[in-house]
Amino acid sequence: MQTGEYSVELARAGANVSGRLDVAKFLARRYPLGAVGAAIMLIFLFAALFAGGLSPYDPLATNAAHSLAAPGAVHWMGADNFGRDVYSRIVHGARISLAVGLGSTTLGCLFGVMLGLLSGYLSGWVDLLVQRLIDILQALPLLVLALVMAAALGPSIQNTIIAIAIPLIPTVARVIRANTLALRELPFVEAARAIGMSDLRIALRHVLPNTLAPLIVLATAQFGSAILTEAALSFLGLGIPEPFPSWGRMLSESAAEYVRTAPWLVIFPGIAISLVVFGTNLLGDAMRDLLDPRQRT
Amino acid sequence: MTAYLVRRFLLMLLTLFGISVIIFALLRIVPGNIVDILADAAGFVNPAEKLRLEAELGLDKPIPVQYANWIAGLAKGDLGYSYVSEKPALDEILPRIPITARLAALALVFSILFGVPLGVISAVKQNTGLDYALRVLSLSGLSMPAFWLGLLILMAFVAGTGTMPIYSAAPKSFIDSLIMYSVPAAAVGFRSSALIMRLTRSSMLEVLRQDFVRTARSKGASETTVNYHHALRNAVLPVITVIGIEAAFLIGGLIVTETVFNIPGVARFLVEAIRWRDYPIVQNLVMFVALIVVVTNFLVDMLYTALDPRIRYAD
Repeated sequence: MQTGEYSVELARAGANVSGRLDVAKFLARRYPLGAVGAAIMLIFLFAALFAGGLSPYDPLATNAAHSLAAPGAVHWMGADNFGRDVYSRIVHGARISLAVGLGSTTLGCLFGVMLGLLSGYLSGWVDLLVQRLIDILQALPLLVLALVMAAALGPSIQNTIIAIAIPLIPTVARVIRANTLALRELPFVEAARAIGMSDLRIALRHVLPNTLAPLIVLATAQFGSAILTEAALSFLGLGIPEPFPSWGRMLSESAAEYVRTAPWLVIFPGIAISLVVFGTNLLGDAMRDLLDPRQRT
Repeated sequence: MTAYLVRRFLLMLLTLFGISVIIFALLRIVPGNIVDILADAAGFVNPAEKLRLEAELGLDKPIPVQYANWIAGLAKGDLGYSYVSEKPALDEILPRIPITARLAALALVFSILFGVPLGVISAVKQNTGLDYALRVLSLSGLSMPAFWLGLLILMAFVAGTGTMPIYSAAPKSFIDSLIMYSVPAAAVGFRSSALIMRLTRSSMLEVLRQDFVRTARSKGASETTVNYHHALRNAVLPVITVIGIEAAFLIGGLIVTETVFNIPGVARFLVEAIRWRDYPIVQNLVMFVALIVVVTNFLVDMLYTALDPRIRYAD
């Protein structure tokens, strides 16, 4: 993102900024909770990128002697019933969580934007058709649709991403459609049409860039719910298959039993999920305040 | 208004029809049906036996014929038979509904009871320490997976009382069931209450800035009257939309929470049926969920006109 996008905002706030670092500092001071969210996200991103170097054990290596070892010097967050190191699995799980979150959000937004633009810009029967499709997809709760999709596609990381992406499409399509409908009537689109630009070019070059702000806000929120949905799917045994260390999956294996005998197996993966989604939500709130002034409170 | 209702009803039918087609197709694009799963579990099964079983379950017919049979059955109130228990699907589904309905109702009550007042407080005390604390609380509610919250509650019970409040036998009295359901209901409702709190807050802030609120203040109305009588009444409308949408959200929370607390409701049953490829159960339950969502949305829209006479649906 460029400094230019915020220039008006910054000038209004009376900020005296020159470089990118100054912008970051200014934003952090203005949105302290958002900065905390960004920091949390960066930590998890770092863990995901350098999982190998950060974890003392192989996340898949079993060790019967250390089965259900309590947290301590050997296993910082304890070990599961196969003697696998919980800390190493959580660090590697960041990879899965972020990959599924990013993958399904990107996929969902891509299709959502396409449908929304198509429906809002072309209107007529295309709009009618897309609207009905959205109605259908929205009549099922996110988790229910994701569950059926995941079961139909079979357990794998790619299929989990697809299963979560599809229920995300309708919300994106709705927002983009509403924005496109409003933008279509504005003079600059009329001007573009007057100089003979093609519909496709107007939609992509003029309408799309102007819907980016609400899209970014929405995508941040969806990133959080994608991670939560992955956790729920894996918890129910229909998401990421073994042996991948998914946080939801780590909680699934007779978690209620471990509540009594090995609480660390329940506490740490849950903290990881909650923290990463909490970071997303903090960041998302700040983004909404920054990019979507109409919703500012 | 009549024309609007008719159009709305037809659209609802269209949506349900679309869902029935999608769900039916989704369940059948996967290679492997219940017969294969049973055969896998049993080790080796005679191919002739497999074919006979498939014919018995109607799985050998073309998919459009299977679909037509299902819809024709639905119209007669016949939902088919569960592949797993071999009992009529209706008999499997119906007794489980009241359990989940009770849990859902309690969760909804919990979320409104906490969400709305806390949202009002947060708005009235905007940018104070209390407001920040409530906002962080609501945001953490949105960030926690419902099943993890359920597990944490179980953990607290184990530490405090040594017992786990999980479902073991059907409750005998009304009080018994209230006690049994209230803990999981709180686990489900926490997330919804967080969302309602956030929305009530922003909606209240919007309304509190309007002229009629200043007028009420200037004529000497007390803060309580202004906040609750004037502002909240106008702020509650967008909140009701979210409560409508939350009804759908709640179903996701119910699925995982029933699993954690071992409650034999319809939401957990859906997951079990999906795992077993028990098509008659899955497709009918998914239709049931869709029906609830569609009808809830319709009722919320109707509630609008009742609450705010300015809203009228054009014909």
